[in-house]
Amino acid sequence: MAFIPDSEEQVTRYSRHILLPEVGGKGQKKIGQARVLIVGAGGLGSPAAFYLAAAGVGTIGLIDGDVVDLSNLQRQVIHQTADIGRPKVESARARILALNPNVAVETHYTRLTAENALDIIGRYDIVLDGVDNFPAKFLINDACFFAQKPLVHGGILRFDGRVFTILPGKSACYRCVFKQPPPPGLVASCQEAGVIGALAGIIGTIQATEVLKLILDRGRLLTDRLLDYDARLTRFREIKVSRNPKCPLCGDQPEITQLFEHEPEVCAVKTA
Amino acid sequence: MQVTINGKPEEVGGETILEILKAKDISPQMVAVELNSKILERDELAGTVVKNGDAIELLFFMGGGR
Repeated sequence: MAFIPDSEEQVTRYSRHILLPEVGGKGQKKIGQARVLIVGAGGLGSPAAFYLAAAGVGTIGLIDGDVVDLSNLQRQVIHQTADIGRPKVESARARILALNPNVAVETHYTRLTAENALDIIGRYDIVLDGVDNFPAKFLINDACFFAQKPLVHGGILRFDGRVFTILPGKSACYRCVFKQPPPPGLVASCQEAGVIGALAGIIGTIQATEVLKLILDRGRLLTDRLLDYDARLTRFREIKVSRNPKCPLCGDQPEITQLFEHEPEVCAVKTA
Repeated sequence: MQVTINGKPEEVGGETILEILKAKDISPQMVAVELNSKILERDELAGTVVKNGDAIELLFFMGGGR
């Protein structure tokens, strides 16, 4: 829908893609037909949404129940100072359309829950994880397994980031590696931990690249390997993983047979 | 005896994975542990003795995104 090959504007807009043998006019058309859901319009979701919109992804779904806060702007580059107090999905939609009016943006101004996850995820081809807490990351992983949707997982903390692509039932899932969230309070994942803003750009952009490779069916995906990035050392490391027969979700004797939400974490330090 | 932990060579002396975690002050609930590319169950940590040349990955949770 977002790519009409005989439109001069579009051929010019996507010319640097069309020049690539891996993309071409055919691939650009595939990108234009793709429906991608970005869960969380924040640090990872911002760069991912920008690059996927610029690439001409036909439909971008955004789900986020929050409004823009001043403390978001250090890294959530899709939002601007004037957006403070505005729903993030609205702010992100405006910026996406300003960049590329060919993109259809579907906004879901709500949190992803066990009740709505399968319905919302079911409407898209590929899911990008840009959420900031463990219960949501596990919920997305489980929902993508039940809905059989490819998932590009991302995580950031302080100076460290991670990307991991999951083809449900075919490659290792998040629970194959991390069975369940850490006990509340043991691992920092919320406001008190801090994160270097530019790191979100690096990790979110790698996630967007994985989404494009999934759409194009080109290259080698980040499946069965975690890509960990240490910004302090400027070092990438790859850790091989594989499907775990004891995985509670996709293993031989699964214990998880329906969606549920883990208890939300309680931050040790609350910010006002 | 030499093993690699997260890609870095380290000297250890016939310990179990759980002992290595304790020495590093890492609670087993904070990490997923992979030994030679296979994820270990948490209840296997105390009974798994590392051998020369083993590759251990301590995978920490990274829960941020926003």
